[in-house]
Amino acid sequence: MKTRYTFGGDEHIFVEMDEEMSLDAFFKSLSMTNAVRAAQIDGFTEVCPANASFQVKFDPDKIAPDDMLAELKTLETVAESAERRLNTRIIEVPVFYQDPWTHETLMRFRERHQDPKGTDLDYAARINGYDSAAEFIVAHHSSPWFVSMVGFVAGLPFLYQLVDRERQLEVPKYLRPRTDTPKQTVGYGGCFSCIYSVRGAGGYQMFGITPMTIYDPKQTTSYLRDFMVLFNPGDIVKWKPIDRAEYDATLADVEANRYEPLIRDVAFDLAAFSADIDGYNAKLMEALHGV
Amino acid sequence: MAFKVINPGLLTTVQDLGRPGYFHLGIPISGAMDRFALRAANLLVGNDEDAAALESVFMGPQLEFEVDATVAVTGADLPPRLDGESKPGWTAFKVRAGQVLTFDYLKGGARAYIAISGGIATPPSLDSRSTYPIGSLGGIDGRPLAIGDIVPLGKGPGAAEGRSIAPNLRRMPGTTAELRVLPGLYWRLITEAAGRNFFADEWAVAPEADRMGYRFRGGRPIEFKKREQPFGAGSDPSNIVDGCYPYGSIQVPGGTEPIVLHRDAVSGGGYFTLGTVISADMDLIGQLQPHTPTRFVKVDMPAALAARRDRRSLLDKMRASLS
Repeated sequence: MKTRYTFGGDEHIFVEMDEEMSLDAFFKSLSMTNAVRAAQIDGFTEVCPANASFQVKFDPDKIAPDDMLAELKTLETVAESAERRLNTRIIEVPVFYQDPWTHETLMRFRERHQDPKGTDLDYAARINGYDSAAEFIVAHHSSPWFVSMVGFVAGLPFLYQLVDRERQLEVPKYLRPRTDTPKQTVGYGGCFSCIYSVRGAGGYQMFGITPMTIYDPKQTTSYLRDFMVLFNPGDIVKWKPIDRAEYDATLADVEANRYEPLIRDVAFDLAAFSADIDGYNAKLMEALHGV
Repeated sequence: MAFKVINPGLLTTVQDLGRPGYFHLGIPISGAMDRFALRAANLLVGNDEDAAALESVFMGPQLEFEVDATVAVTGADLPPRLDGESKPGWTAFKVRAGQVLTFDYLKGGARAYIAISGGIATPPSLDSRSTYPIGSLGGIDGRPLAIGDIVPLGKGPGAAEGRSIAPNLRRMPGTTAELRVLPGLYWRLITEAAGRNFFADEWAVAPEADRMGYRFRGGRPIEFKKREQPFGAGSDPSNIVDGCYPYGSIQVPGGTEPIVLHRDAVSGGGYFTLGTVISADMDLIGQLQPHTPTRFVKVDMPAALAARRDRRSLLDKMRASLS
C-alpha cells in the first residue's frame, strides 16, 4: 500500500491509500479521515471518506495548499498506528431479487449492456462461475457487507463483501450508463454492491430492489426522523432475500411510517475478522439475530 | 409577501450560496453556479450577499408581484421588462404590487440571477434554500419553480432604484471560453500524447450541460497507459476504485467526452479524473451556452492562486462600489 497525495484544483487534496480495494485501505482511509476531523486545521472545510481514498476541501485564502498538504502528511503516521476496530451497527436490508421493476428497466436499456440477450443477474452469474442466477443470488446474500463509502448521490451506500478475495463477486459496469434506475435498486459494479437511494442515472448492474427507504429529505420515515440519510461508512449490512408478498407488506409498513428495521450495535475488529472470516461472520449473524 | 409564478421559463430554481458540509454523504454544495452574479444581484437590492434568489437558465420566468419590492437581474444578458417596459441589467429597479416581470430573449451567457429585496423565504433544508432536485432538497418541495407557485419573500427595505454595477465590474462571458485547469488526481493514467492533446484541442460545450456537470466534445479521445486494472475498479481503463470527486474535477468516461463537475456534483464514482478547473473559473462555466468553443488551459498552483486573488479583488471592488 502506497499513499498518494494530489491536488484537486486549489481547494481540494485527494489522498489515495491504495489503487486497489481492500479493508486495510478502507481502515487506513477512515483513520486518516478521523484524524483530519480531530486536528481542526485552520482553513479545513470538510473531508469525504471513500472506499480506499479520501478528499479534503480547504480554503486556500486561509491556508496555503502546500501547508495543508504538509499537515495531512503528518497525520498519516498517526493513522497508521490507529487500531483497526470500529464500534458500529449491523443492519438487515430486505431484498426482492429479480423484481419486475428493475427487470423492466434492464430490458429498456439492453443495448447498453455487455449481454443484450440475457439479464444482469444471468450475466453476473455466468462471469463469476455460477451455474444459475439463483446460485449467484445465494452468494450475494450469504455473507455480510461493509459500507465502505456513502456518496455519488444523496445517501447512496457502496458495500464491500466480507469474504476473502477469491470469493468476492466482480462485475463490470454497464457499457454506457443508463439514464434511469428505479429508486432503491440493489446494484453491482466492480467489487461493490450499492443501493440507489433515489431514482436516476446509473451504471451498476441491477439485481433487485429493497422496500426500505434509505434517504428521506422530509424525515417522516420512522427510522429517519433524526437524519435523512440512513447509512454511514463502517455500517455492516446483511441482505435478507424476500418474495413479492413480503416486499409488498414491508413497503406498506415503510410508507405508513411504522417499519422498524433490524439494527444491532456491533464491534468490528479487522485483525480478528481477517484471522477467521467465516467464524467472525457467524458471530456478526449472532449479533444481528440474537442467540 | 410573495410573488406568483405565471411561467417558470425553461428551468428556474431557488439558489443561495449553497449547503456545504454534507458532501461526505453524497449531498453536494449546490447554490448559484455563478456565485459572483448572485452576490452582485443581492447587494444591488440591499440583501445580504448569501440571500436566496432565482437562477434562470436560457429563458426568463414571468412573475407577478404581490408586494412592492426592489429587483435586480445579473449574470446572463437576459433583458428584463416590467409591465412591458424595458429595464437595465445589473441595476436595481422598483416593482409595485400587481406588476409583472418578464424577460426578452437571451443575448449572452446562460444563467440570469434575479434578486428580490427581502430575499426568497422558502423553508431552508440543511441550512440552505438552494434547490437540489435529485435529492429533493431546498427550493419549493425540492423542485424547480412551476406554474402557479406562490413564492414567499422575506422582509427587506430594498435599496434605491438605479443602484448599478459598473460595466468593468460585470463578468460577461465571451463567444469562446478558456478554462484553466490544474492537472492532477489520476492524470498519471493517461499517455503523454493524450495529455498534450487535451490542452491543444478545441472542445465545445455539449447539450448535456447542467448544474451537475458540463460535458464537452470535439477533442481527440484520451488514450490510457497500459496497466493491469486494480482489484475492484472494473475492467474499462477509465475505471478506478470508486473515489471522491472534487468540485470542478474533469472525468472522461470511456476516454471520449470530458465532464466538469459543478455545484450539484456527484460526490464520487468510478471514473478517473485528470485534473480540476481552478476555483476562479467555476462561475464562468455556469455562463457557457451549448456549442461554445472551449479550450482547457494548463496552469500550475501559483497561477491558480493568483487567479483566485484576482477574482477576490474584483469581488471587493464590486462590494466597495455599492457601499
